[in-house]
Amino acid sequence: MATETPPPSKTPAQLPTTEEFVAVQESAEFGELRRSYRGFAFPLTVGFIAWYLLFVLLSNYAGDFMGTKLFGNINVAFVLGLAQFLTTFLIAWWYARTAAAKFDPKAEAIKSRMEGGE
Amino acid sequence: MSPAFNPTVTLAAGEASEHRTLIIILFSIFVLATLVITVWAGRQTKDAADFYAGGRQFTGFQNGLAVSGDYMSAASFLGIAGAIALFGYDGFLYSIGFLVAWLVALLLVAEPLRNSGRYTMGDVLAYRMRQRPVRTAAGTSTIVVSIFYLLAQMAGAGVLVSLLLGITSDGGKIGIVALVGVLMIVYVTIGGMKGTTWVQMVKAVLLIAGALLLTFLVLLKFNFNVSDLLGSAASNSGKGSAFLEPGLKYGATGTTKLDFISLGIALVLGTAGLPHILIRFYTVPTAKAARKSVIWAIGLIGAFYLMTLALGFGAAALIKPDEIIASNKAGNTAAPLLALHLGGVDSNWGAILLATISAVAFATILAVVAGLTLASSSSFAHDIYANVIKRGQATEKQEMSAARYATVGIGAVSILLGALARDLNVAGLVALAFAVAASANLPTILYSLFWKRFTTSGALWSIYGGLVTAVGLVLFSPVVSGKPTSMFPDVDFHWFPLENPGIISIPVGFLLGILGTYLSKEEPDAGKYAELEVRSLTGTGAV
Repeated sequence: MATETPPPSKTPAQLPTTEEFVAVQESAEFGELRRSYRGFAFPLTVGFIAWYLLFVLLSNYAGDFMGTKLFGNINVAFVLGLAQFLTTFLIAWWYARTAAAKFDPKAEAIKSRMEGGE
Repeated sequence: MSPAFNPTVTLAAGEASEHRTLIIILFSIFVLATLVITVWAGRQTKDAADFYAGGRQFTGFQNGLAVSGDYMSAASFLGIAGAIALFGYDGFLYSIGFLVAWLVALLLVAEPLRNSGRYTMGDVLAYRMRQRPVRTAAGTSTIVVSIFYLLAQMAGAGVLVSLLLGITSDGGKIGIVALVGVLMIVYVTIGGMKGTTWVQMVKAVLLIAGALLLTFLVLLKFNFNVSDLLGSAASNSGKGSAFLEPGLKYGATGTTKLDFISLGIALVLGTAGLPHILIRFYTVPTAKAARKSVIWAIGLIGAFYLMTLALGFGAAALIKPDEIIASNKAGNTAAPLLALHLGGVDSNWGAILLATISAVAFATILAVVAGLTLASSSSFAHDIYANVIKRGQATEKQEMSAARYATVGIGAVSILLGALARDLNVAGLVALAFAVAASANLPTILYSLFWKRFTTSGALWSIYGGLVTAVGLVLFSPVVSGKPTSMFPDVDFHWFPLENPGIISIPVGFLLGILGTYLSKEEPDAGKYAELEVRSLTGTGAV
């Protein structure tokens, strides 16, 4: 059904057919790649957005708590703000590590099989 | 510092004309160097992949630098430093949203986009959909977002120049806007993506080096004791410890607090929908390199925003707040003023530092406008001209010349609008660009990549609905009318209380994508989704 409306010649000639893509999409191997990627990226996205919103809400509505001085002139607000920087760096590093270790090998196996014309 | 020093006189009327000459010399060197790069890059630009995507030959690190260059606009350099200098902690809140936003791009958008698209955001949005309507929608929202962003930069250039060079006449300001416009047309038509990418890299290095130098000098003044720096900033600001706590800018009323939440959401969700950022991911050969670009960008942008803390609080600690406000109400000249004070107000060092930082700020504006122009002309040529008007039958040569004509057209429109808006307060337009990107672009990008059921109707409802809601709310907000800080302060037709529409328009954009999908009888194209999903996750068939 998809072949009835081909897109304008934007895909290279050696691209696998739609049927092959559907077969791969339904394969257990691809299902596992999708599950591991989504299982990592989706909850983490919800997590860091919630953490950021918590910070925004604290800044708005918990002024006294944020103004509590910890060391010298450095208060809770600064520590939490810098913690947002730190968690951003850590999540980026964690994602890069996980992607290289878990997603890339699976993705490359599927890609080379499909492009090898098997 | 001498108590008689009056920055408005020194900076605006240019009594100490030596820094004016120096600024012009340094800026001319930057322009000349980038023009040489542009011509060199232009000689190597032969086909559409060169023009749109720089031949896809950049490394992850190079593109990471260029992404940072595209992202760190005058708004983040001058704007954030100025906001911190005037409002303390609340200025810092901006940079946190701007940084966290990159995780959305990293985790959900950059790699799938690189794997399944070729030149524009529209490539991915239209992949599973009916090409013509969705590409028209994607092209429209790309151009709207980019023009708002461009306008803010162009007007910002005019303000900056009039402040730093003492050009206050209308003719002078229009001349500066026209100069910026002509240079960006030259960069993009001749150098294409390759030239623009190198310009971004040079600019990013200059900006980071400039910020590093000022940060070092500020910290040196306080013997690297951050607590002392913050304490001096708080007492010099006249606001005491409130200066170091949230609330000075956004804490006034319930409405301003809501506005801050709205801004925060728009910042975090907008970045991954900005067309000029998205097309950067096509300049690298693989999705892995795109991932590496974002990782580098997060590191560089994060480090840069940490330095803006030192610049902003340094300015607050070393310069009287009246002096900052006298020079520019919004604090946009706090960073250049800081440079002058660090070097010594009446010394050559002060003049040299001021000139250097000012030239870096101009370079920043110039590079960002080039990136924005390229994004909008690419989308016009590739989405609208080649795939809608010519129905995919245009040759590469036709498409590239359409892109070049579009660049000239967009450049001309920007010069005209920038000249008309030269005295309007258009700073709010950057936040608007983020809100439109988050409302109109991000929902369709995410649904296209991850939601099997999504259809053409859903995409159109979401893009147009998000776009109209965001732009409409801003039109009737205090950004445009009804306040002394509005674009048109003398009239009042505002009824929407917030300056940022994100808190309404972003959920509307996401919701309309769902409604449009379920309310139409259209069946999703399962075969095309299989192609898109497998390609986006594995890189099969990636160009």
